[in-house]
Amino acid sequence: MSTPAPAAARSVSQADATRPSPLRLYGLWVAAAVVLAVLPYVLRAPAAVPVVNQMGIAVVFALSYNMLLGQGGMLSFGHAVYFGFGGFFAAHALNLAARQGLWLPVPLVPIMGGLGGLLFAAVVGSFSTNRAGTVFAMISLGIAEMMAASSLIFDRFFGGEEGITTNRAKAASLGGLSFTTDRDVYYLIAFWALVSAGVMYGFSRTPAGRMANAVRDNPERAEFVGYSQRWVRYVSFCASGLFAGVAGGLFAVNYEILTAENMGLGASGAVLLMTYIGGIGTFAGPILGAIVFTFLQSMLSDYTSVWLLYLGLVFLAVVLFVPFGLAGVLAMHGPASRNRRLGRLVGPYAAAAAVMLIAVIGLIGCLEMVYFFVSAPAGQVTKRLFWLTVNVRTATPWLAFLALIVLGGLGMRWAGPRAAAAFADANLQHPDR
Amino acid sequence: MLELVFFSTLNGLVYGTLLFMLASGLTLIFGMMGVLNFAHAAFYMLGAYFAYTISLYTGFWPGLVVAPLAVGLLGALTERYGLRLVHRFGHVAELIFTFGVAIVIGEIVQLVWGRPAKSYEVPAVLDFPLFQLFRSSFPAYKAFMLGISAAIFLFLFAILTRTRAGLIIQASLTHPGTVGMLGHNVPRIFMIVFGIGSALAGLAGVIAGPVLGTFPGMAQVLGSIVFVVVVIGGLGSLTGAFVASVLIGIVQTFAVALNISVGGVASAVGIPVESLPALHDLWRVTVAQVAPILPYVLLVLVLIVRPTGLFGTRES
Amino acid sequence: MTPAIELLDVHKSFGHTVIIRGVSLSLEPGQRHALIGPNGAGKSTVFNLITGKYPVTSGRIRLKGEDITGLRPYEVNRRGLSRSFQVTNIFPRLSVFENVRCAVLWSLGYRYSFWHLVNAAREVRERTEVVLEQLNLTARRHVPAGVLAYAEQRALEIGITIAGGADVILLDEPTAGMSRSETEHVVQLIRQVSAGKTLLMVEHDMSVVFDLADKIAVLVYGQVIAHDAPERIRANAAVQEAYLGVAQTATA
Repeated sequence: MSTPAPAAARSVSQADATRPSPLRLYGLWVAAAVVLAVLPYVLRAPAAVPVVNQMGIAVVFALSYNMLLGQGGMLSFGHAVYFGFGGFFAAHALNLAARQGLWLPVPLVPIMGGLGGLLFAAVVGSFSTNRAGTVFAMISLGIAEMMAASSLIFDRFFGGEEGITTNRAKAASLGGLSFTTDRDVYYLIAFWALVSAGVMYGFSRTPAGRMANAVRDNPERAEFVGYSQRWVRYVSFCASGLFAGVAGGLFAVNYEILTAENMGLGASGAVLLMTYIGGIGTFAGPILGAIVFTFLQSMLSDYTSVWLLYLGLVFLAVVLFVPFGLAGVLAMHGPASRNRRLGRLVGPYAAAAAVMLIAVIGLIGCLEMVYFFVSAPAGQVTKRLFWLTVNVRTATPWLAFLALIVLGGLGMRWAGPRAAAAFADANLQHPDR
Repeated sequence: MLELVFFSTLNGLVYGTLLFMLASGLTLIFGMMGVLNFAHAAFYMLGAYFAYTISLYTGFWPGLVVAPLAVGLLGALTERYGLRLVHRFGHVAELIFTFGVAIVIGEIVQLVWGRPAKSYEVPAVLDFPLFQLFRSSFPAYKAFMLGISAAIFLFLFAILTRTRAGLIIQASLTHPGTVGMLGHNVPRIFMIVFGIGSALAGLAGVIAGPVLGTFPGMAQVLGSIVFVVVVIGGLGSLTGAFVASVLIGIVQTFAVALNISVGGVASAVGIPVESLPALHDLWRVTVAQVAPILPYVLLVLVLIVRPTGLFGTRES
Repeated sequence: MTPAIELLDVHKSFGHTVIIRGVSLSLEPGQRHALIGPNGAGKSTVFNLITGKYPVTSGRIRLKGEDITGLRPYEVNRRGLSRSFQVTNIFPRLSVFENVRCAVLWSLGYRYSFWHLVNAAREVRERTEVVLEQLNLTARRHVPAGVLAYAEQRALEIGITIAGGADVILLDEPTAGMSRSETEHVVQLIRQVSAGKTLLMVEHDMSVVFDLADKIAVLVYGQVIAHDAPERIRANAAVQEAYLGVAQTATA
């Protein structure tokens, strides 16, 4: 009976291998801090820093959202309400401090945002966390619509149509730090993003965070081990509102203006999209999603007016084919990486990527031409597309792009299964490895 | 005063029955498949736009039949090639999928038809005042809308209660699993019901387009209200959807017509307005301005007090 | 001695359907009790009433002398009563280790804390390891609970039930669907974890019942028709007729 013991021991160590060692974990955070510190010097283009600032705010917002969706199983259609309310709260706090000469330096403004988000979440959560699922989602939608309309009613707090503005320069000073340039604000955002992410990660490792997962998976059983599902959800909800408010406070510092749109369904929809695309099943998923989404949003809008359509199509593709999100897909390659078979995937993946690219180019071409056809001023018939000049009134470009779509589609029928088979093969667990 | 009450009630009925045409499709889809179809209002918008384009070539009337059919077909295809794939990932994924479909349809509409509102007109033959009372008149087209809504309601009622297919659908509304086990091709039923629900939404768009406006934001205007109606009425209950539609239709129409301040109403009801100065902004606003959020206040209240809605038996 | 569990003339109806028709039962602490009876007798309903999943229609329920009628499941659990489920009711996406750990947290006083890190809490880890050892699942600790084999899941089900250290344990058909050898393992486990505690279990496997139980209660059509030591239950004519069956002697 000597063989079972070593096998058991090996399976334990293999299983332990799935948990990152503490050293690796802390190492990741330190590495992230270092990367954030040097990032402005690596990015040469001056236009890059404002986009990175936007990304930082989005990261905190998306992470706060995933506390509800991925960790807690609560789908909210109105999360931007806490983001916006936190932002307004922070802006008013800063304005009040400047007027009354109170000490509220810019670095502490996000805390005010967090406070605002927490207060609002504590009120709404007291009745909305009774149930999860569809009822919760519908209440969140109702609250979002109510707040969108309320912003025009309570215009002393929400500033009506023009919103509320604030000014970093009027704030008290903290150790002589000034926040005049984008880069200064970048370091503030990077600091708070790192701290917020760290605290939110820590939260997921606390009893409240662990039970949030349990209540998500099986709320009934959680009650039978002594936990009220309502309270578990409420704690998560308040924490999520707090960090959404922090993101709102960062927004207030960065843009110095808050409007009702920041609380609206558009912003709530955006955070849902970016979190889901990134992947709700892992901690890093929302971070990845926020970065990718912000990048696409800012870059794409320079090149095309239909960027939201592209984002929507990407979103649909993720929901249909990659429900674990981008981070989920990466995580699914864990076994392949441990088996050291990632190299085998390069060929099939490259082939699949190539044919997909062909189809995508065809699709983009058609959509851009349609947009141009419909909305271009009268008389303009040619447009620049993919470094070519095309005449949308002739049949040739249409046929060409349609052909690309068909070609790419057919190619996927060949390349897709090959890539899938290669993936399955690379992930095979060999007992004797 | 009587004029206000009379016309508000009539207009409220028109609006309410229109809401019901949308809500009935949504309830059918939700009741059977457990999916709250976020894209429902987008199909409503497509119906209006399709009918508009058709009306450019053939006038209003062919669109009344063709547009809903086209939208219904699109809905069935969406279910067959989209929603069905996501079904195994759970209700949250399905909700998120329909949310994505709503966004994409909205963007495609903007892409193909452009951003400005379309002049989708009331057909000339119906463009006259039906009758006049005191100083206001009631347009014949609105009576037409009311007529179509009533006809649809009777048609639905007849099908659901008198035909075998209707019985199966009714059963699936409350016990979809059991219906499957009785040997019915549940996926095909789902696709058909999704198609019919979308067609109803499209039909609502066809008749509402000339009155409520045909523009890319029209889905947002009604979309949330329809959810409110369905949830307040009770998830999976057609009767509830009808009651809630008419209720909200009338409440909102009356609210918009009232020019008194919220503070005035609050005092009349007995709320001490002076002791809550922080809500000063709220008190001085008129009921008409608050009208858009009334349905949502109602929604949140109903969900807190009675999560299954007025007539519903299920929460999800 | 205060009974561990007391049901005082408990009635339960679902709409017009009467399931429990006046059950009065008193279970002594520190003993192993079994609840047997034909299908549909209401055994799981009794469990659900005691643990707070369903409210009683009338009657009272006491736990260690305290009235727990109408309390929510988590309130009942916090007073020292824990139950397992007939249909495995675990946290499928969490690992085996985390499943047990969830059951340990409240009893160690952590409540809704968001300032303690569970990995740093030594007592949480130690208690979880002890339970995993008892369940013989230490080697599977990182496996997501949803992919465990059936018998392992049933063991985990019991593990979650006892991890919190409750002194009154309710097990609902713990050996359902198990082979002979798996059943033997589970019986050993039950003997181990119920040492010094009060156990009430619903079981259909009579060999398990007569092996483990100190006292047996028989539930038929929502009423307790007998509550006695195993030998007297075996010989009870009413019980034989309703459930156990009468041995047919061969005619010459």
